[in-house]
Amino acid sequence: MNRYLRYLVPLAIFAILVAFLYRGLSLDPKRVPSPLVGKPMPAFSLPRLQDPEATLGDTDLKGKVSVLNIWATWCVSCRAEHEVLLQLAQTGAVDIYGLNYKDERDKAKQWLVQLGDPYVANAFDADGRAGIDWGVYGAPETFIMDKQGIVRHKHIGPLSVDALNTTILPLIAELQATP
Amino acid sequence: MINRFISILALCLLLGTGAAQAGVTLEAFKFKTEAEEQHFKDLIEELRCLVCQNQSLLDSDAELAHDLRAEVYDMIQLGKTDEDIIDFLVARYGDFVLYKPPVKPSTYLLWFGPFVLLIIAGLLLLRSIRRQQKVPASEISAEERERLDAILGNTTSSQGKDQ
Repeated sequence: MNRYLRYLVPLAIFAILVAFLYRGLSLDPKRVPSPLVGKPMPAFSLPRLQDPEATLGDTDLKGKVSVLNIWATWCVSCRAEHEVLLQLAQTGAVDIYGLNYKDERDKAKQWLVQLGDPYVANAFDADGRAGIDWGVYGAPETFIMDKQGIVRHKHIGPLSVDALNTTILPLIAELQATP
Repeated sequence: MINRFISILALCLLLGTGAAQAGVTLEAFKFKTEAEEQHFKDLIEELRCLVCQNQSLLDSDAELAHDLRAEVYDMIQLGKTDEDIIDFLVARYGDFVLYKPPVKPSTYLLWFGPFVLLIIAGLLLLRSIRRQQKVPASEISAEERERLDAILGNTTSSQGKDQ
């Protein structure tokens, strides 16, 4: 019995180590979980991209399921995910709002003309202060809020068709179904 | 060969100092006293930049680090305490911004795990020492002891028996 243990214990320790290291390989250190998930969305009120006189704020997003997408024209992966956002807008499942993060107004407007506009409205965050409140550290980022304005999900990095179908759309459908 | 080595070394040094200079662009901030400036530097050195994840807010030249340095500076000017500032950042970016993670249930393993391992290792060591102490006593037979006594002489034989 003791003789077997002598070989089994190191083997078991080795197996546990391998399991941990294997799991570690599949984790992406660039994906830092957001402390905002499960909490009310941060308050903000910013001039709109298309109309600087009007404002867009957290109150506009409340009372319905909403998506807030943080983007900028200088962000290469934002261009990559734009097609997916258009696809999401086309389903009509949810209102997509944009937070144009540390960008230039003219460039951003031109981007929407050229590539299509999936947004209901865009907030123009010139100095990135609202971005800090949302814990943005690298565009693109996408938040999903429920009807009470509680953050339910944060997607870091460009949205993919796969993420849209497996995570985003099912979650939106679930949130739409709850009062 | 050696020349080449020296030129590579020189290049590394040059790049190194360049990076250090680019990282710390604190000239824009005005401080009333040196102590205040030191306090600011100490605080942002404890905070991690989320973009260049192995650099502190003090070292990083990322756009976000610039913004967060300005944010921390403004909060210090408003008279906020270190705790206020750290809470502000943790609420937005999570514990990840802290180089020193807080002690809470999800980090117990991190904080106490090494000590648990140390205790287990200590117990195992103690057990094997005790086991080894027992072994030689049982390996000497009565016959061997007699021979040992004979070699060591009569004076030690009584002591040997006492043991």
